[in-house]
Amino acid sequence: MNKLRRIQWDALLMPMVGVVLSLLAWQLVSGRVVQKVQPDGTMEEVKSGLVQDLPGPIQTWEKTSKYIVEPFAKREELDQGILRFTWYSLVIVAKGYAIALLLGTPLGFLLGLSKNFSKMFDPIIQVLRPVSPLAWMPLGVVIFANSGRSANELAALFTIAVCAMWPTVLNTAVGVRAIPQDYLNIARVLKLSRTKTLFKIMIPATLPYMFTGYRLSLGIAWLVIVAVEMLTGRIGIGNFLWNEYNNGLYTSIVLCILTIGLVGFLLDRAMSLLERRFKSAI
Amino acid sequence: MPFLVLSNVSKSFGPPEARTEVLRDVSLTVEKGEFVAIVGYSGAGKTTLLNMVSGLLRPDSGSVTLNDLEITGPGPDRGVVFQNYSLLPWMTVAENIALAVDQLFPNWSASKRAQHVDHHIAMVNLSHARDRRPSELSGGMRQRVSVARALAMEPQILLLDEPLGALDALTRATLQDEISRICLESGKTVLLITNDPDEGILMADRIIPLSAGPGAILGPAIAVDLARPRDRKALNHDPRFKSLRSQIVSWLLGPGGRPAVSVSRKLVLPDIEPEDLDQPRPMIGGRRAPRRRSEERRETVELPS
Repeated sequence: MNKLRRIQWDALLMPMVGVVLSLLAWQLVSGRVVQKVQPDGTMEEVKSGLVQDLPGPIQTWEKTSKYIVEPFAKREELDQGILRFTWYSLVIVAKGYAIALLLGTPLGFLLGLSKNFSKMFDPIIQVLRPVSPLAWMPLGVVIFANSGRSANELAALFTIAVCAMWPTVLNTAVGVRAIPQDYLNIARVLKLSRTKTLFKIMIPATLPYMFTGYRLSLGIAWLVIVAVEMLTGRIGIGNFLWNEYNNGLYTSIVLCILTIGLVGFLLDRAMSLLERRFKSAI
Repeated sequence: MPFLVLSNVSKSFGPPEARTEVLRDVSLTVEKGEFVAIVGYSGAGKTTLLNMVSGLLRPDSGSVTLNDLEITGPGPDRGVVFQNYSLLPWMTVAENIALAVDQLFPNWSASKRAQHVDHHIAMVNLSHARDRRPSELSGGMRQRVSVARALAMEPQILLLDEPLGALDALTRATLQDEISRICLESGKTVLLITNDPDEGILMADRIIPLSAGPGAILGPAIAVDLARPRDRKALNHDPRFKSLRSQIVSWLLGPGGRPAVSVSRKLVLPDIEPEDLDQPRPMIGGRRAPRRRSEERRETVELPS
């Protein structure tokens, strides 16, 4: 009992302390606007602080509360609640992520199953893998330039899929190579057909690895969406961030950063719960 | 007519330049319904021998026949109980066995197949654990599932590859009795691989020692003429049991304990033939080419043991 209480104490309170300390540090380094009396008797607003243009936490809350208090409001095209923007981004991420998994999983299986296929394509994958989403984006725009109204969306999907695919590909390949020979021996003794071996033995044996890949891929997909929205001007949280930067409203940038981080964290948690479920089944 | 025949089977592993001979000229016959145990050192090649019967490996030379048919690959007519259980961890006990039953008896009705699965689970006393996954079972229970799966395949021969090697002594003793009972009841031909002479004596009709590798050979067969069922408590004081055990152990420690050592390696004969100085030096290229390229040969040396 005592121990249980202690765990909860640690699990809840310590992060809280961390948050408060971070907010304090933020407040300390952020810029302030101070009223200063000039020699001629007039008042003038002067910026001060360590990082003059960084809005502090209180200022951020004051300026951006309307996005948070009504998270799903839609006042204008570019003036919507923060979660509404997030939702637009999540939808496009979900689509791109689905494409990444549908392409990446079979590709990973081929790499894991065939030594020759692996020798042929592994170098190419290693070269394409570290390419930044910012580099893929223009290519996507060019490829889908003639697709009319959906050109932007297709380019975005292309970028997300191409960037998010690699962890899935590589982890699946590792998982397939790690299938214990014992399991395959069972298939051989029972003379299971190739399809049956794949679905009854190989895929279940690879699932934990695949889910690790899926989790990493989702993280990347969420990372890519911001860059994609900035470049294409699709409505979403990344686009909102960029617009507010152009408008000089730095408080909104901080809000967006926090929201993006929080959503990414929640996505990762959700995936890791799924992943654990599949691992415990093994 | 002998049922399972291994004739002059040899098997080596490794790349050609550093090949290790595991089995040399192994011959063995097993009659139908017989329970044969092969007892030998760890790493001597017992599993290799068994894998050639199961068809997971092919011999380099010699042949393995079952019912006069050459074994060319694995098949369900030879039920294997692997050393490390080899149960699929994402399936329950019943599902693991059903995978085999559904694959091998597609013409049976679903209810007959389910009944067949349940019958074999009951046979190894695991009905209460039918819907558990292997991770929820003890080592002994897992191995019983593995035995049930092998028997549910209705094989012609049961191959047991050190089935009890990973178990503690007490579980081991219980399972030895249980497996011998089940095998006896089913009347199956059984080939047991073990490193424990007592286990062989307790379970088998005939014991064949396998010498220490590399290049392991089979020793003289020893018939176990003890009445069944064998009671391990009584056997401990049985003079016949003691003499059988001493026969096996003394062969394994004596003639079978010294491996016949042969070293095989690749030799490279260098291109050392003298240059022909009478030939004029070519203007371009400078060096006179040797007459003979380097040459690779294999050399095998038998070392006296």
